[in-house]
Amino acid sequence: MAEAIDSKIKNYKTAPFDSRFPNTNQTRNCFQNYLDYHRCNKALSSKDMDTTPCDWYQRVYKSICPSGWVNGWDEGIDNGSFAGRV
Amino acid sequence: MAHPSQLGFQDAASPVMEELLHFHDHALMIVFLISTLVLYIIVAMVSTKLTNMYILDSQEIEIIWTVLPAIILILIALPSLRILYLMDEINNPHLSVKAIGHQWYWSYEYTDYQEIAFDSYMIPTQDLAPGQFRLLEVDHRMVVPTEAPVRVLVTAEDVLHSWAVPALGVKMDAVPGRLNQTAFIASRPGVFYGQCSEICGANHSFMPIVVEAVPLMYFQDWSTLMLEDA
Repeated sequence: MAEAIDSKIKNYKTAPFDSRFPNTNQTRNCFQNYLDYHRCNKALSSKDMDTTPCDWYQRVYKSICPSGWVNGWDEGIDNGSFAGRV
Repeated sequence: MAHPSQLGFQDAASPVMEELLHFHDHALMIVFLISTLVLYIIVAMVSTKLTNMYILDSQEIEIIWTVLPAIILILIALPSLRILYLMDEINNPHLSVKAIGHQWYWSYEYTDYQEIAFDSYMIPTQDLAPGQFRLLEVDHRMVVPTEAPVRVLVTAEDVLHSWAVPALGVKMDAVPGRLNQTAFIASRPGVFYGQCSEICGANHSFMPIVVEAVPLMYFQDWSTLMLEDA
């Protein structure tokens, strides 16, 4: 399972088609992967597990989210004003 | 790119645009044929001294001029729907680029591997080199590899803009707070121009888009160069 995730991350070209977001509006795709990365990190590190599988979400959100949005959200997380539930 | 006194579309640089071109030829031919027929009939009716007072109804011609237009409409609708669904096909892109509209320039981000980001301003007319195109050239072009499905995610930082490149058959609105996805494949190397397509203030006409399609090897060289310059 871990090997499958590792090879997926190694062979990463760009964010693949996500059938949850089949339409033109990809706003939620970007935000969902950002949330999933932080939630995954929080869940796995709270159990002292390896957080490498979470890197998939990070690759995807870095591919599709505008960096301005990501920087704003990162700041929000740092100073506790992030609106999403992590 | 566009030429002076141009009547038709620019040469297609993507498979979708080729399909749109052919469909437009097909639909326009039907329009020309119908218009010619109608004009002929008008001229014929207007230019005769004969009058007709005795024909009251005629089942046959009524059937013909109901069924024939229905058939013509179907002949237009079928290729149209075919292209509509073709444009909606799931594609697995090789590259994602973000195009972000600002007042009054575009910025592009390539963040699949490392972070390449740059602004793309129009070259002012007084700074053009000989042979360059007025109001169309930019300082940094959006470079993409040929023959590769490219996903473009369009958004805006301030007001509405629209990212359009006619030769690639692409236009997508840039809405603040929203990420709109479009995709294209550049079938041949070349430089393709477009202009902002949503009114966005004083310099709306002066924030063009230039896509430069190059073979993959040159794209890799360009991205290495962009990373070094950053």
